Amino acid sequence: MEDLLREFLTETNESLDVVDNELVRFEQEPNNAEILGRIFRLVHTIKGTCGFIGLPRLEALAHAAETVMGKFRDGAPVTADAVSLVLVTIDRLKSILAELEATAAEPAGSDGDLIVQLEQMALDGGASAPAAEEITIGTLSPQVLERSLRPGEVSLDDLERAFRDTPGPQDKKQEKRGDDRRVGERREPGAANTNQTLRVSVDTVERLMTMVSELVLTRNQLLEIVRRHSESEFKVPLQRLSNVTAELQEGVMKTRMQPIGNAWAKLPRIVRDLGQELGKEIELEMHGAETELDRQVLDIIRDPLTHMVRNSADHGLETTDERRKAGKPVKGTIRLSAYQASGQIVIEIADDGRGLNLSKIRRRAIEAGLISDEDHPSEAQLHKLIFAPGFSTAEKVTSVSGRGVGMDVVKTNIDQIGGTIDLKSTPGRGSTFSIKIPLTLAIVPALIVQAGGERYAIPQVAVVELVHRGSNANLVEEINGALVLRLRDKLLPLLSLTQMLRLPKQPEANSDAFVIVMQVGASLFGIVVDDVMHTEEIVVKPVASSLRDIKVLGGNTILGDGAVIMILDPNGIAESIGASREERTIDGFVIRDEALPQEEALKTVSLLMFRSGSGTLKAVPLSLVTRLEEIDAKKIERSSGRPMVQYRGGLMPLIPADENAKLAEDGTQPLLVFTDGGRSVGLIVDEIVDIVEDRLEIKVASDTPGVLGSAIIRDQATEIIDVAHFLPLGFSDWFHGPQGHAREKKKLLFVDDSAFFRNMLAPVLQAAGYDVTALASAKEALTALEHGASFDAVVTDLEMPEIDGFAFAEALRANANFSHLPVIALTSTLSPAVASKCESAGMYGYVAKFDRRGLLQALKNAAVELQEAA
Amino acid sequence: MSKAAATETEFVTAWIAEQLFGIPITRVHDVFEAERITRVPLAPSEISGVLNLRGRVVTALDMRKRLGLPPREDFGKQMAIGIDHDGEAYGLLVDGMGEVLKLSSTALDAAPINLQKNWAAICSGIYRLEDRLMVVLDVDKILDFRKDTLAA
Repeated sequence: MEDLLREFLTETNESLDVVDNELVRFEQEPNNAEILGRIFRLVHTIKGTCGFIGLPRLEALAHAAETVMGKFRDGAPVTADAVSLVLVTIDRLKSILAELEATAAEPAGSDGDLIVQLEQMALDGGASAPAAEEITIGTLSPQVLERSLRPGEVSLDDLERAFRDTPGPQDKKQEKRGDDRRVGERREPGAANTNQTLRVSVDTVERLMTMVSELVLTRNQLLEIVRRHSESEFKVPLQRLSNVTAELQEGVMKTRMQPIGNAWAKLPRIVRDLGQELGKEIELEMHGAETELDRQVLDIIRDPLTHMVRNSADHGLETTDERRKAGKPVKGTIRLSAYQASGQIVIEIADDGRGLNLSKIRRRAIEAGLISDEDHPSEAQLHKLIFAPGFSTAEKVTSVSGRGVGMDVVKTNIDQIGGTIDLKSTPGRGSTFSIKIPLTLAIVPALIVQAGGERYAIPQVAVVELVHRGSNANLVEEINGALVLRLRDKLLPLLSLTQMLRLPKQPEANSDAFVIVMQVGASLFGIVVDDVMHTEEIVVKPVASSLRDIKVLGGNTILGDGAVIMILDPNGIAESIGASREERTIDGFVIRDEALPQEEALKTVSLLMFRSGSGTLKAVPLSLVTRLEEIDAKKIERSSGRPMVQYRGGLMPLIPADENAKLAEDGTQPLLVFTDGGRSVGLIVDEIVDIVEDRLEIKVASDTPGVLGSAIIRDQATEIIDVAHFLPLGFSDWFHGPQGHAREKKKLLFVDDSAFFRNMLAPVLQAAGYDVTALASAKEALTALEHGASFDAVVTDLEMPEIDGFAFAEALRANANFSHLPVIALTSTLSPAVASKCESAGMYGYVAKFDRRGLLQALKNAAVELQEAA
Repeated sequence: MSKAAATETEFVTAWIAEQLFGIPITRVHDVFEAERITRVPLAPSEISGVLNLRGRVVTALDMRKRLGLPPREDFGKQMAIGIDHDGEAYGLLVDGMGEVLKLSSTALDAAPINLQKNWAAICSGIYRLEDRLMVVLDVDKILDFRKDTLAA
């Protein structure tokens, strides 16, 4: 019985909240039969349940209300007074329920007063509102009571049943009620007769959440310990535990999410009552009620929101007369909206009222001693004053606002959960408050960084990308003290964390090594840190109130190793980077590199920069490198005097990239792995420095074996290594092809005006088993062909002086002797335009210049097709 | 301070720069050794930082700074008195802990009028002990330092 009662209470309270709101809507749309139907059925259900579990007082009241609703359904006019009366009845029901909840018994007392009015209303067809008001408890209730309930109940019940039976048979009605149930459940699932949902007390969920938070911390601690012991047998089970923890955390978080509409549920009623009390016509619009946020957050903002809506109704909106005089629509609007934006919930409360009265605020602020007579604060500063403690401009203390609970309380509540509140106001046009609050308070993924010797956490939702400075000292540039970063084709404003937090500058060379690119709202900026450690799920703990003024700090957290670190607040940082955030906004900034401009792609090449032996910077086009590896130096073996390492089930020879390069004695040995035809060679380097995008122009050719020449990469002289030199060093039979088979080799004509590409690609093609003739121009190639050289396929560059690739291909096609030759074009730009040009020139295919594998595949395909054709 | 009905109060006592201070025991949550304090950038100078005390983040307040005294010269154990203030945990950093004393209100005096202003602001009285004087600290006023700092 206990459980039954509790269930009844929860369900009935929810139903009554719905009735509240539906009634307010109904009053505005009296012809909406659907709303009325819903209200009617809810009240009917309440009545039925009360009867079932023996609560006569509630049942009688609900019955009387239902009767009035029945009249509405039959077309009785819907007056404000009638709706008010039903609302009063619902309030009474609620107060009885409250007592029932407290004492587990229906309180004694009589509702004769209300029942009489309701019956009177029902008899008069809902029209005699004044009469209803005139009926007072003292005079009329005994009379009416005597003649009313017993006989009245029966007859009205029958009447109503008759009404309901008219449209259709009983079973159809049952079906309809089933539908309604679903309607009710959509808002708050968990009715008794379904086993798919379950009501769980909030305490239980809270306790679960606390435990999960602790579990996450402990998991982090364990991960930290295992990270230090690389050969731990706990690694695998811990990984499993970690995954399960993450899932558990997500699951529990989900149970805590509730639609923000829950916090708005009471607002329509409040606004309606306020409107009546203040003599204003107010329309409340609600958008985004389904936006979900953490229950804890919801609880904290519920009261502030209610307060702000009250404020808008009371102070914000003008009286009907004032609105009419100002030429505005008589009905004032309060618009509530909620939406999610970059990991935050934004709630806006806007009214189309008079806007903030700046002179009144100023006067009041002087009275309250917040500012002095001489002060002339800006508009924005004046706006901010309304959040100051003890500030209220309400001229008279109404029951609505001006009770000393001011906007300061609102601000405190929002601050408490790490939110912000902002205000825009235009005189005569209205005010908009926007509140930004975090989605959840509990656990957020964060990036742990280091600056000035201390660690800080940055919530990952704000992090767009990380940029490593590497050896490129020019990454960060300065314009009169303002730090900027050239990121792709734009300048990114930077902020040094060390400077911003006034931390001691670290003397080490690795200070300011990383730029964390962050996005807050529309503004994009970078913060410079010394090091990026790892990511961690952190449990956000608010800072003490004495530290809450520090805008750039958003809380603190305890890390896996037990240390407390501060969490940086991206919003606060965004504000501190420029006095006006808007000025710093970079419109249309390319965040992801998918939109690299065409001409840029034309010129630049991805180069892997490394050091080896002599210490000079060396580079190799990244596309030629299969993989970067770091191997344990102890695993390097020697076979016939040459260093080898077991790699992916085979032996991989290691070749020094420079004759002075030394193998690491212990620790790890970085390698560049080149793979071809299932064979790999590891190039021994001292240090992999960076990957850069730059133009590749060899300025000085080189005689040193293994070096093509020198180029200037990012303003530094860099040796471009010749992969062709190193590949054969690994396997003496490299040139004979991977399988060393004696089959006749396909003859390949390779035309490129660039010596670099000839040197780079020829060995690759040779290694793939082709007999390659590399020529520097189409003219040479045509001459060779005319002199009887025979080939199976042609690979040609497109951009060449004199005769370009297209012309070359057309010349070949024009000659009957060569028209069968498949021509494959090498291009630095892959675009539809190039593709169609290649096609019209009769080429077999085209591949990107550095796409080694693509070229080999195209050659293979061409060979297969030739064979099939033959 | 009046002579009527003497009452007894228990105090947790601590030393800060040769001076004995007392805090009503009802306001003291615990006494602990403050280790691994993380500095909070941009914080008021009175705040030494934050630390982890059994899973709770505690804000450490440097009492020497608060009282306008020079920093400590020895590097002994850093003791702290744990205080709960509006649901937030603070640790008052002191030089060393004294005994817990049960004192009668008959020995209590008001702070003398010539007491330095910043001391007077956080002192709620002076106990005349046999061999020395003990300054009673008002915890709420100690933590209300922001006003002083802002005014300064």
